[in-house]
Amino acid sequence: MAGTGRKRAGNRLERNDRLVRLALLAVAFSAVSVLLVITVFIVGQGTPIMFKYGLKSFLTGTSWYPSEKLFGLWPMIVGSLFVTVGALVIGVPFGLSCAVVLTEFSSKRVRRLIKPVIELLAGIPSVVYGFMGVIILVPFIRETFGGPGLSVLAASIILGIMILPTIISISVDSLQAVPPSYREGSIALGATRWQTVKMVLFPAARSGIIASVILGMGRAIGETMATIMIAGNAAEVPRSLLSPVRTLTSNVALEMSYASGEHREALFATGVVLFVIIMVLNTVANATSARRRKQP
Amino acid sequence: MTRQRPALLFALLALGVVLFPACRRGGERADLTLAGSTSIQPFADKWAEIFMQSHPDYGVNVQGGGSSAGIQACRSGACQIGMSSRELKGDEKDLVEIVVARDGLAIIVHPSNPVRGVKVAEVKQIFAGDLRNWQLLGGPDRAITVVTREEGSGTRGAFQELVMGKTRIFPGAITEDSNGTVREIVAHDPHAIGFISLGLVNDQVRALDLDGAAASEAHIRDGSYKLVRPFLFVSQGEPAGHAKAFIDFVLSDEGQALVKKEGLLPVR
Repeated sequence: MAGTGRKRAGNRLERNDRLVRLALLAVAFSAVSVLLVITVFIVGQGTPIMFKYGLKSFLTGTSWYPSEKLFGLWPMIVGSLFVTVGALVIGVPFGLSCAVVLTEFSSKRVRRLIKPVIELLAGIPSVVYGFMGVIILVPFIRETFGGPGLSVLAASIILGIMILPTIISISVDSLQAVPPSYREGSIALGATRWQTVKMVLFPAARSGIIASVILGMGRAIGETMATIMIAGNAAEVPRSLLSPVRTLTSNVALEMSYASGEHREALFATGVVLFVIIMVLNTVANATSARRRKQP
Repeated sequence: MTRQRPALLFALLALGVVLFPACRRGGERADLTLAGSTSIQPFADKWAEIFMQSHPDYGVNVQGGGSSAGIQACRSGACQIGMSSRELKGDEKDLVEIVVARDGLAIIVHPSNPVRGVKVAEVKQIFAGDLRNWQLLGGPDRAITVVTREEGSGTRGAFQELVMGKTRIFPGAITEDSNGTVREIVAHDPHAIGFISLGLVNDQVRALDLDGAAASEAHIRDGSYKLVRPFLFVSQGEPAGHAKAFIDFVLSDEGQALVKKEGLLPVR
């Protein structure tokens, strides 16, 4: 009697276990299916118009006048590129230096103080960055260098700051993952600490650092709110660092409220282009970090 | 059996939460729906608010979407009244239109700008990107920062129609997505020029005289200030029932007083 009762209880527990597992699986899959739904939806909404007007004129056309059925995304593609490269030019040197200082040249106490502060940077909403940019940076650029202030330069600086946490935290992790014996060996050979960083640690942590840069790039290219506020959004290939610029993300967010018909479809097509760019970036990032794991 | 239920419930709940996040807000009573121009929307909201205070048994629902969408919605029957901040085009003329207010379009600059007035033709050249320095207008030797609205905006549509005609606004113009941000940028950039609804001009910016006429109600009335657009309510056939009651209210002294208070031009 007692034996069968225990067995029954065991069965019940087992069944419960299976149910929970199924439930969790369903939840996990629904997350994946969201990605699927988004992909299908964006591609379904965005690609017909691309083919209707021709992929080439869509991607390389320089005029964006949806009311006249001109859907050239080239200025926005270039704009996204400029702003992203600008953000990297500013973010990578600062981020890497910060990572090196944190792992190699600072005491534990300093590290404990600085690292959380940097991670806090990641938690600041982008609209706040944008607001700071409009209030402080844009007038500064306008008065110092001329032009409207809302510019490639302003967007690059703000995005450069925004990608710092990504670059720093991943670079710190990969620098810390370098086995201590590498450091010790280098010092034993008579190298200075800087030489050790430059010639031993950087090469050893290279793929992690590259992955951090690519993830930072992904963040910069996908940023919308801050960019809209500080980039000026002119749908023209920028002539200089001080010209206003519109990115792919801004293009969608800026015009979606009143867009209808083909205009709306063209905004979805903008989303498709962005989607493809980000997919490529993510794949590259995954590939490099996979290589990192294989390395000793 | 009873012990499985929490798990099952959990699974269903989790699925529900993930798959159907867009549960709509509980059905709001709407006897009358207005949709269309986002330039009119804020005023329509206020009319609806006051109207529902005096008619507690009416539910009025105001939606945006833009003039074209509003006209379309009115034709398809999705709303009883469409709101349009532009004149009806040829094939839209079959709808009944009622002018409920008029709105001036102001060309605004920074208050410190020495330029007081321009010609409409010059505004056109500025926004076409052909006239790029304030010096040519009697101002300082500084490049003009041109601020425009995004494609699809009703205000941009009105500006395009009233000033630009077939000429394009040049692509290098700073583009913003609301009257408020245009005003904000012009208020902080001494060399900027932009256009917003006349009713939204405040002391942070200055409206330029156009062709010698100040941007004022008097000059709009006598026809010397040219940048004016109608705010239209459109409906399929003569409005009746709730729609008629609402339009009557909008055109009443009370409704038009609100128009005046908000910086628009009353129709009576």
